[in-house]
Amino acid sequence: MTHLAELPSWAALLTALLLLLGAALALIGSFGLLRFGSFYERIHAPTLGSTLGIGFVLIASMLFFSVLQSRPVLHEVLITALMVVTTPITLMLLARAALYRDRSEGNDDVPPSA
Amino acid sequence: MITELLVWSIFLAQILLVLAMGCAVFRILRGPRAQDRVLGLDTLYVNATMLLLIFGIRTTSTLYFEAALIIALLGFVSTAAIAKFLMRGEVIE
Amino acid sequence: MTRWLPFPLLTATLLAVWLILNESVSPGTIILGSVLSVGAVRVLLALDPPAGRFRRPLVALKLALVVLGDIVRSNNAVARIILHPGTKNRTSGFVRIPLDIRAPYGLAALSCIITATPGTIWVEYDSAKNTVLLHILDLVDEKVWIETIKQRYEKRLIEVFE
Repeated sequence: MTHLAELPSWAALLTALLLLLGAALALIGSFGLLRFGSFYERIHAPTLGSTLGIGFVLIASMLFFSVLQSRPVLHEVLITALMVVTTPITLMLLARAALYRDRSEGNDDVPPSA
Repeated sequence: MITELLVWSIFLAQILLVLAMGCAVFRILRGPRAQDRVLGLDTLYVNATMLLLIFGIRTTSTLYFEAALIIALLGFVSTAAIAKFLMRGEVIE
Repeated sequence: MTRWLPFPLLTATLLAVWLILNESVSPGTIILGSVLSVGAVRVLLALDPPAGRFRRPLVALKLALVVLGDIVRSNNAVARIILHPGTKNRTSGFVRIPLDIRAPYGLAALSCIITATPGTIWVEYDSAKNTVLLHILDLVDEKVWIETIKQRYEKRLIEVFE
C-alpha cells in the first residue's frame, strides 16, 4: 500500500468516488436482471453497467495512473472504445435471436415480422 | 486518512461488483430460457472487466489492463457467437 | 487517394489504436503501426464494405455530446425503475418507427446510439420498408418516442452521413 499513499488527496478522493459510483451502477444493473419479469425488460438492465458503470471505472483508472506516474496514461480509452462499439452489437444480436425464437415458437406477446 | 478512505472504497467497490456477478450467475443458472442465460453471461463479462480494472488500481499495476482488455474482447466474441447460434443453429454461415 | 489509401479515417484510427497500445510515439512505432494499419485495411477490402461518407464533424461532435447527456439521464431513470418496486403502472413494449435515413453507416450509428442508451433497444430493422422495431422499457407515449428519435438523432445523422 506504499504506492497508494503517494497519491495526492484530491485524486484519491475522486478515484474513490468514481469507483464506488461505477460499481454501484453495475450492481444496480445486474440486480435488474433479477427484478424484471420478462426477457425484453431484462435486456435493458445490463446497459447500466456497460455504459456509465464501466465508464466511471475507466475514468477512475485513467486518473489514478496518470496522477501516480505523472504522465498521461490513456490506454484505458481502448477498452472504452471497445465497449462503446461492442455492447450495442451483442445486445442487438441477443434481442434479435430472442425475437426469432419467440416467433418461431408462436408466442403471441411479440409483434409479427413486418 | 485519505489513503485509508481510498483503500476502503476499493474494497467496497470490489464487494459491490462481486454481488453484481452473483446476480449475473443467478440469472445464468436460473434461466429460464437460453437467451436469459446468455444475457447473464454478457453481464458477468462486463463485471469481470471492471473487477480486473479495480484490481489493477488496488495493486497499482498496469498489468491487469491487458487482462481486462482480453476479457472484454472475449466477452464480445463469445456473446455474439452464442446469439448467432441461438438464431440460426450454427455459428458461421 | 482512394485507390492507394482506401478508408483513410479507419486507417488513422487503427494507427491511433496501435500508438495508444504501445504508449509511445517513437518513429519506429509510427512506421510499424502505419504499415500494419494500411495492411489491415487492405485485408478488410476483401469483405467488400459499402462505401460511405462522413461530413460535418462539428455536427457529429454535437451529436456525441447529446448522446452522452442522454446516456447519463436514462441511466438515472432506469436505475430508479429498478430500485423502486412500487411503480406497477409502468408499461414496456415494442414500437415500430419509420425511418428516413438510408445510409448504412448512419443506420449503424443510430442502432448503436439507441441500444447504448439504457431503456431503449434496437431489435429489428426492415430494409424493405425502412422501419425499425424498438423495445422501450418505460413506454408512456409512442408518438413522443418517435418524435424524440427522429428529431434528436436521425436528423443529425442524416446531416453527417448522407
